[in-house]
Amino acid sequence: MPETITMQVTRYRPDTDRSPTIQEYAVPLRKEWAVLDGLNYIKDRLDGTLSFRWSCRMGICGSCGMTVNGNPALTCGTFLHDFAPGPVRVEPLTNFPVIRDLVVSIDDFLRKLPTVRPWLIREDETVEDVEFLQTPGELDNYKQFSMCINCMLCYAACPVYAAEPDFLGPAAIALAQRYNLDSRDQGAHQRLDLLATPQGVWACTYVGECSAACPKGVDPAGAIQRYKLTAATRTLRSFLLPKGAR
Amino acid sequence: MSTELTDLRLYRPPIRRTWWLHRRSYLMFVLREVSCVFVAWAVVFLLLMINAVHAGEDAYQRFLAFSGNPWVLVLNIVALAFVLLHAITWFNLAPKAIVLTARGRRLAPRAVAAAHFGAWLVATVVVGWIVLGGR
Amino acid sequence: MSTVEPLRHDVVVVGGGGAGLRAAIAIAQSHPQLSVAILSKVHPMRSHTVSAEGGAAAVVGVDDSLDEHAYDTVSGSDWLCDQDAVEAFVAEAPRELRQLEHWGCPWSRTDDGHVAVRAFGGMRKLRTWFAADKTGFHLLHTLFQTCLQYPRITRYDEWYATRILVDDNRAQGVVAVELASGRIETITGRAVILCTGGCGRVFPFTTNGNIKTGDGMALAYRAGAPLKDMEFVQYHPTGLPFTGILITEAARAEGGWLLNKDNYRYLQDYDLGRPEPKPVLRSMDLGPRDRLSQAFVHEQQRGRTVDTPWGPIVYLDLRHLGEKVIDAKLPFVRELCLQYERIDPVHELIPVRPVQHYMMGGVHTDIDGATGLPGLFAAGEVACVSINGANRLGSNSLPELLVFGRRAGMAAAEYAVQGAAEPGPAVLAQAADERSRLERDLLAPREGPDRIADIRTEMHRTMEDSAGIYRDAASLAAGADKLRELRERFGRTTIEDASRSFNTELVAALELGCMLDVAQTMLACALRREESRGAHQRTDFPARDDDRFLAHSMVSRDHAGDPQIGYLPVTITRWPPGERVYGR
Repeated sequence: MPETITMQVTRYRPDTDRSPTIQEYAVPLRKEWAVLDGLNYIKDRLDGTLSFRWSCRMGICGSCGMTVNGNPALTCGTFLHDFAPGPVRVEPLTNFPVIRDLVVSIDDFLRKLPTVRPWLIREDETVEDVEFLQTPGELDNYKQFSMCINCMLCYAACPVYAAEPDFLGPAAIALAQRYNLDSRDQGAHQRLDLLATPQGVWACTYVGECSAACPKGVDPAGAIQRYKLTAATRTLRSFLLPKGAR
Repeated sequence: MSTELTDLRLYRPPIRRTWWLHRRSYLMFVLREVSCVFVAWAVVFLLLMINAVHAGEDAYQRFLAFSGNPWVLVLNIVALAFVLLHAITWFNLAPKAIVLTARGRRLAPRAVAAAHFGAWLVATVVVGWIVLGGR
Repeated sequence: MSTVEPLRHDVVVVGGGGAGLRAAIAIAQSHPQLSVAILSKVHPMRSHTVSAEGGAAAVVGVDDSLDEHAYDTVSGSDWLCDQDAVEAFVAEAPRELRQLEHWGCPWSRTDDGHVAVRAFGGMRKLRTWFAADKTGFHLLHTLFQTCLQYPRITRYDEWYATRILVDDNRAQGVVAVELASGRIETITGRAVILCTGGCGRVFPFTTNGNIKTGDGMALAYRAGAPLKDMEFVQYHPTGLPFTGILITEAARAEGGWLLNKDNYRYLQDYDLGRPEPKPVLRSMDLGPRDRLSQAFVHEQQRGRTVDTPWGPIVYLDLRHLGEKVIDAKLPFVRELCLQYERIDPVHELIPVRPVQHYMMGGVHTDIDGATGLPGLFAAGEVACVSINGANRLGSNSLPELLVFGRRAGMAAAEYAVQGAAEPGPAVLAQAADERSRLERDLLAPREGPDRIADIRTEMHRTMEDSAGIYRDAASLAAGADKLRELRERFGRTTIEDASRSFNTELVAALELGCMLDVAQTMLACALRREESRGAHQRTDFPARDDDRFLAHSMVSRDHAGDPQIGYLPVTITRWPPGERVYGR
């Protein structure tokens, strides 16, 4: 194994740059090092001006999503030696506006998320000192969709989101489904009006790249397609049986 | 309050027109989407054929001559390939939308897809039997 | 490049993890007229609560009782906790976890639909609720998604608080940098709640994420609120070598064994019980974390650990659990081992070693989260109430976030409602001072003899040598001297990034300043505590000394900027000091 690997890193300093440039750094090639370790080496030893986000370095906080050799990836779980002899290209996550270097703004997602009402909605009275019963089978119905770490790799992979910025997007819809399918939730009809819209599930054309990019196996594409069927049946039902449908 | 995004001098990368050529998966996706055009053509062709049969022997012979045209042959071969692509990708994606549970266990996605292919096979056999001379 | 007018709220919560979100929700529900700000240097779902794995303890079984949970916690703490706080904690924990369930937390269940509980280290009964092995992740996301319902909660995501504003002997707000733009703003509040987490990043080898740099502890310390029990640092027995990634205690609760290089279950040599095929509560691999980490050090001294390029290790054996159990109860553990060690725990042994994990010490608070500075509250790992004393039991810290997050939120809301006056000109003058300091000292590029990373690396080496699992006077004193030197050199480090946009070098510098302050308090307290208790083990004072040290170390900053230590007696209610017994 060679001693070093070249990392080609996007730089963007809004105070001075009109558009991003690429800067190259030679980084030690160690078999345990993730791309994130390479970035930290650059920041600590070579160039303190490089900005990027990271925290847990174990794939659970969702901070360190970037584009590595053209693919959206968590840099803490992507290993340098898989790209040897290199070079490795590290760019900010696609489809998001770039604030600085490898840091993008995810404000659009954070603005959209509350609109799908991603919380448990109850219409009955809640009994305080007893838990809602939920069997392991009922938990399995939505468990997969509850694994989203909000890393935004799915938005980076989605060509629809690239072309239509109003699209709610894979993670937001998957989170809505997480609650729709939770046996304790009673709010599915409240979410329908936002999800069954042109900027909701109907914008999705099932490219499927979101699920391919997801590091946690959430399968947002599956969540969306499933909801299309739900939305279609509900709309049809309310058409055919307008009053008593619900 | 927080600084407005517009005040931050954010960089928004432009989208290239050829975005769909840059990944194999995007290319397959676009081909899949384009396949509906050929599905539409297959329906039109079928309607033309039914109309020709209905209009009598002469009309039918004209239709056969038309179909024998090299460009129509090529078109129909290409259309067949796209219709097959359309059907196969559609059936493979169906389990994502159709999630059925029986007695607390989820029906395997493969079973849902298999049911689609099975129905296709049955339909093909029935149509084939009718067209190829079953009595 | 900032507005003159402060941003005004009623309560300012600094930190958006489990404790901060719980506090904000408590205020939004009980005092909907108050405006609450949550200020966090990261988006809330990145908070370190997200990485907690094993579970959250609360009494639910008919065969269990609050007294037993309390006793386990008190003895686990080696009698250094405040028993009134522990009694309140165990009483409120079940209600809090049930509340999370009502908010949607996907707790793992028994077949009949009730919440499932499992064993955990140091607990006599099964009382640890869990959501597979991603309990913290599910807890945090449930809280975050729940807080989205309250428009009276304003979030300032990726804002770094650099100073607590104090006037008239009250906390009145903070100065903070908006990271995206570099704007320096003043955010005033009638009450401030610190929920900024622990300080594991003062150590080189830690389970903690990058963001755990003790910011809130340093801010409180500088503002005049004393810190408490800073010498008590928890080393978790099972971290992966090199990365330090946590392998949850739940692996041992489900039946995993610790083996030395001879495949021997070595814990039996350390008064922790006899090895049994199935896990026995409060015995062997389910002993308390401090004792297990100490056993490792002894094994290393006897040459029975395995040498690797990443230090000595022992093995965690899960093979006898079988693939089905591992995939059902420990799926994340399997993923982490495959990804970071390239081993499959179903078939192979997991290399592990003790790794810094949690800070028992922190900002001194009372049972309602009030610190020594009026108007300033604290909850979660940043705080020291104390319920954890000299050693925390696993699965007590998640309920702690909720119980004391809620308490601090309610107390802060009451304080705010009692009508503290609007912040005066003195506060704004302090804020202006802070702004000038930041711009002069940290936003102007300069060439210096050290890089920030150099100072940090030396601090790491110092803390590893001086504040490890076993300490002694000589290395503690040497460490304290070194830290004093590092603080001085820190003022002259190279600064390369002068940009105002998302300047992470600025953040690294601010964090390092906090870590150096906090590290100093840790060594000062450790040097003065001449006994061994819980996680603080002195080779020169190997016994526990209740006569002199059944008390909390209280550390405040003096005029010269150095730590001053005093002592505060521990509150004993029902359980007089006794022997900690495990395995028999």
